[in-house]
Amino acid sequence: MYDIKELYEAESLQEAVALRLEHPGARVIAGGSDVLVQMREGRLAGQELISIQRLDELRGVRLDDEGSIRLGSLTSFSQITKSPVIRKHIGVLGEAVDLVGGPQIRNLGTIGGNTCNGVTSADSASTLHAWEAVVELTGPAGERRLPIRDFYLGAGTVDIRPGEIQTAILIPRASYDRTWGYYYKYALRNAMDIATTGCSVNARLSPDGKTFERVRLAYGVAGPVPRRAPSAEAAANGRPVDRATVEAFGLAVLDDIDPRDSWRASRDFRRHIAVEMAKRCLAESVRRCGGELS
Amino acid sequence: MGNVGQSVTRLDAYDKATGRAKYTDDLCDKSALVLKIVHSTIAHGLVKSVETSEAAAGRGVVRIFTCFEVPDIPFPTAGHPWSTDPHHQDIADRLMLNRHVRYYGDDVAVVVAEDEVAAARAARLVKVEYEELPFVLDVQEAMKDGTPRIHEEFPGNVLAHTSINKGDYDGAIREPGLICVDRWYETPVVQHCHIENHIVFAYGENGRLVIVSSTQIPHIVRRTVGQALGLPWGKIRLIKPYIGGGFGNKQDTLYEPLTAFVSQQLGGRLVKMDVSREETFVSNRVRHSIRSHLVSWLRPDGTYVARKLECFSDQGAYASHGHSIAAKGLGAFPQMYPCPHVRGDAYTVYTNKPVAGAMRGYGIPQAMFAVESHTDDICLALGLDPEAFRRRNIMPVGYRDNFSKNENYFDSFNQCADRAVAYMDYRRKAAAYKKQAGPVRRGIGLSYLWYNTGVWPISLEHSSCRMVLNQDGSMQLQVAETEIGQGADTAYAQMAADVVGLRDYRDVHVISCQDTDVTPFGLGAYASRQTYVCGFSIRQTGQILKDKILRYAGELTRTPVSSLNVVDSNIVRQTDGRILMPLGDLALEAFYSLEHSEHLTAESTCQIKSNAYSFGCCIAEVEVDIPLCRARLIKIVNVHDCGRLINPALAEAQVHGGMSMGIGFALSEQLLFDPRTGRPLNGNLLDYKLSTFMDHPHLEAQFVENYEPTSPFGTKALGEPPATPVAPAIRNAILNATGVAIDRLPLNPHILFQRFTEEGLIRDSWREEK
Repeated sequence: MYDIKELYEAESLQEAVALRLEHPGARVIAGGSDVLVQMREGRLAGQELISIQRLDELRGVRLDDEGSIRLGSLTSFSQITKSPVIRKHIGVLGEAVDLVGGPQIRNLGTIGGNTCNGVTSADSASTLHAWEAVVELTGPAGERRLPIRDFYLGAGTVDIRPGEIQTAILIPRASYDRTWGYYYKYALRNAMDIATTGCSVNARLSPDGKTFERVRLAYGVAGPVPRRAPSAEAAANGRPVDRATVEAFGLAVLDDIDPRDSWRASRDFRRHIAVEMAKRCLAESVRRCGGELS
Repeated sequence: MGNVGQSVTRLDAYDKATGRAKYTDDLCDKSALVLKIVHSTIAHGLVKSVETSEAAAGRGVVRIFTCFEVPDIPFPTAGHPWSTDPHHQDIADRLMLNRHVRYYGDDVAVVVAEDEVAAARAARLVKVEYEELPFVLDVQEAMKDGTPRIHEEFPGNVLAHTSINKGDYDGAIREPGLICVDRWYETPVVQHCHIENHIVFAYGENGRLVIVSSTQIPHIVRRTVGQALGLPWGKIRLIKPYIGGGFGNKQDTLYEPLTAFVSQQLGGRLVKMDVSREETFVSNRVRHSIRSHLVSWLRPDGTYVARKLECFSDQGAYASHGHSIAAKGLGAFPQMYPCPHVRGDAYTVYTNKPVAGAMRGYGIPQAMFAVESHTDDICLALGLDPEAFRRRNIMPVGYRDNFSKNENYFDSFNQCADRAVAYMDYRRKAAAYKKQAGPVRRGIGLSYLWYNTGVWPISLEHSSCRMVLNQDGSMQLQVAETEIGQGADTAYAQMAADVVGLRDYRDVHVISCQDTDVTPFGLGAYASRQTYVCGFSIRQTGQILKDKILRYAGELTRTPVSSLNVVDSNIVRQTDGRILMPLGDLALEAFYSLEHSEHLTAESTCQIKSNAYSFGCCIAEVEVDIPLCRARLIKIVNVHDCGRLINPALAEAQVHGGMSMGIGFALSEQLLFDPRTGRPLNGNLLDYKLSTFMDHPHLEAQFVENYEPTSPFGTKALGEPPATPVAPAIRNAILNATGVAIDRLPLNPHILFQRFTEEGLIRDSWREEK
C-alpha cells in the first residue's frame, strides 16, 4: 500500500503540461521505479503524482531530420538496449542501461526518469554526459533544449521549470559520428546494484588510427552530479594512440575528481578505481574504434 | 515401494509455482488492524517518555501501546526445546517493548491502525525522549572494565564463557623446535534474507488467542507466547502455514508475543504485524559475528602438537540463542583435526547491536572460516600441500565423541575430497597457479566441512507422528517438523509410503500446516534434523499402522497375519506373492463394515538419543583482478556425505541454496554500523550486498552416500552443511592466486584493496599520506 495523496493521469502531452501547472507540488511518475521506492521509504509519503505513462508519443528511439539520435523520454532501458539505432551508433548507451537493476526494473524504468531523478549514480547519466547529450523539455511556452551538463543543477536537482515535462534526449550527429565508447560500472555485485563509480569513455581516432582526435570521459559517483574529466581528456586529445597516452590519461583523472571517504568506499579506493577504470575504458574504446595501442 | 531414493517432484511444487499455496498474509482477513513498531533511534539508553498525542490523532489510528504498558515479564525467545530444569533454560531477558533500549532499532512502541498508510504515518509522529547511555559495538571492547553494562545481571557483558582442556597445552608447547602459527580471523554480522519477511496475525476465539505466524517452530512459539503474556500455554493456539524461508531467523520467537498481546488488549480484535525488509535486517535476528584467535604448534614435518582457540561471539543486545552458537563452533575445533593437547575458550558477549540468533550453520560457518583458513595458513608457513596436510590430520575413521557418542563410521572426508579434487582438476591447477605474475591471476582453494547433526544430548530430541488411513487406501501424515521450503514434506511422504507399503508417495497427504491444537507435539525445523528425526517416528508409526492394516487383512482374508504384507498398495500373500486385495478395498471395508468397523490410524512419539556427523568438502576456483580489487568465483563444487539421499533432486537443491548463501557470506555480505551512533548503515537489499544469480557460476553438487547406521533410512544432515565450507575455500583460492591471506570476511573489493596495498601488489604512487 502506497501513501499517494492523488494520482492524475495525463492523456496527452498538452494535458500533462496543464496538470503540472495546476499541481505544482506534484511529482511526475513514469515507470515508478524511483518514485514508488522513495514513497515506500516515507520520503515522498503523501505525495501527489502526475502519471505520464500513457503518452506513447514519448516512447521510442529514432534518427531525427538533423541526424540526431532522439530518445523519447519514456523509452525503457530494455527498449534502448534492443534499439537498432542505438546498437549501430551508440552501443555503449545500450550496454550501460542494461546494467541497471534487474530485468523487471529495466522493463519499467525510463531514460527520462533516470535523468530527471538527478542522481549521480544513474547508469545512463555518465554516458549521456560523455556523449554531450541534449535534453528537450516541453512546457507552456513550447520546447526548450539544453546541454545535459546544464540540466543537472546539483544532487537530486535538475533544471525543470513550472509546467515542463522532459520529452526527449538527443545525441547530435557530431557527437556520435566515428565515435565508439565503453562504460564500466564498478559495483559490488553483478546485478541489482548501484555503481560505486561509473566510468564512460569514448574516442574518435584520426583516419590513420595513430592519433586521438577526441576523447571524452565522464564519471558517475565522483561528485554530486555526473562529471566530465577535462584534465584527462586534455592528456589524450591530439596524443598518439599508445600505452603511454592511456597511462597519462588515467593519472590525469586525479586532477579531475575529488572523492570523499564514506562507509560505502574510502577516498583512496575510489581514486584507485577511477584511474584503473579510465585506462581500461580508453583501451577498450580504442579497440572498438578498430585501433590498436602501440 | 521404492519411493525413497527417487527424485520425485515436490508435493507442493505446483501450488507454489502457480501461486496457489497459502502463506500467512494470504490467510489474513482484510479487516485486520495493522501494527507498526516505533524503533529506537539510539543505540543504548532509557526511554524517559513517549509522546503519542499527535500520532494518535491521525486518521485511522486505533491505539498506541508504549513500553510503559507491556507486562514486565521477561521471556526467552530461542527456538530451543523447553527444559524443566531451571539451569538449562534459555535466558529470559526480553520484554515485548523496552524502556531500556539496547540497540539502534529496539522496539519502543507499537501503533495500531486501520491500514498500513495510517500506521506508518502515525509511527513517524511518535516522539520518544531518551536518556542516552554510552554504547559499545565491539565484542572485545564490551568485555573491558568500565564499558557500559547492557544487562544488569551480566557484569562485563559476558553472557557465557565455556572452556575445553585436553592434554597439557602449556607443557606441550615447550617442546623445542616447534613452529607456531598464530592468527586472528573474523566473520561479519550477516542476515538470513529469506524471501518472506516475518509476518504474524492474531485474534481471540472462545477465550483463547489464535496466532498465525511465519515461523519454523510452532509448538515452541506457543510456549513462549504463553510465557510472555503470563497465560497458560493451552490458551494459545499457534498455526503455521507455508513459509517463505527462515534459515534460523524464524527459529526464534519474533513478534508473536507483541501481536498476541495487542489483540488481547483490544478484546481479541484481529491484528496483523507485517515486518518490513528494513526491520528484518535490524530488528529480527542476525548471524553472530565471531572473532577467533587460533594458535597451532607443529613440528616441521607437519605434526600437530598443541592447538588453542579463543573465540569471541557478538551476541548483540539480547540473549536469543546465546552461547549455543559459539559452543557449537568450539565443539568442532578439537574434533575436526584431533590433536593431543588442545585448549579452547568461547565467550558470548552482549553488545549494542542487533540480536544474533540461529542462522544456517549455527556457529559452524564462522568456525569453518577460522579453522580452514588457518589450515591453509599453516601449510603456507610450513611449506606443506593443503590437500595432503588435511588428509593426514583429519578426524580418522572410528573416531567417537564421548559426549554425543557420535561416531565417524566412514572415511567421508577423504571420499568427498576425492570427488571434489577430480571434478575440479585440483592438483594440476593448484600447482600451476603458484607460478603466476601479472594483474589477473587464478587460484584454487579447498575446505573441508565438519557438521554435527542434531540436538541430543544437550536438549530433548524427539518426533511425534500421526497417520490416518482414508477410504481409498491413501493416508494423511502429520509431524511437527515443519516444511520451510527445504522439501521436508516430500521426503516424509517418500519415507511413509515405503514403510506402510504404498505404491506412490503422492498417496501420502502430508498436512503441511502445523496447528498446535491438531498437530502432534514436536519441536519444529532446525539443526538440519527434520529428515533424520522424522525418519524414526515415521518408521515407528508406519509400522503400527501397517500392523493394524495387516490384522484387519488377516480377518478379511482368513490368512495368518504373519503371511501378509502391504506391497505397492496391495495386500499380498508373502508365500507366493499373490495379491489378495487392494489396500483401498480393505480401507473401504474397514470404514463401513457392519461386522467390524474401525478407523485405521496410528500415532506415536519416538525419543531419539543419537545423532550423526555430516561431513563434506568444497573446492572453489577464482580469478582475481588485482588492479580492480575483484575476486570472481569461476568454478565451485560441494561434495557431501549426508548418508543415503531420500530425494536426490531435493538434496541437490539444498546444496545449491547453501552454496549460494556461502558465496554471499564469502564475497559481499555484511551489516555495517556507524561507529559514532551505532546506527545500522545498510539494512536494506540495495546496500546489503546479498549475492545474486549473476554472481554465481554453475553450482556443482555431488554426493557420497554412506548409509548412516543410526538412521532408519540411512540419512543425516544436509540443510546447513552446504553453507559452511564455501567462504574458506574461496579465501584459500585467493591466497593460492595472490599469496595474500585475508582473515576477515567479506572478501569484497575494499578489503582486497587494503590487503593488496599492504602486501605490495598495489602501489599507487599518488596515494596521499594520512
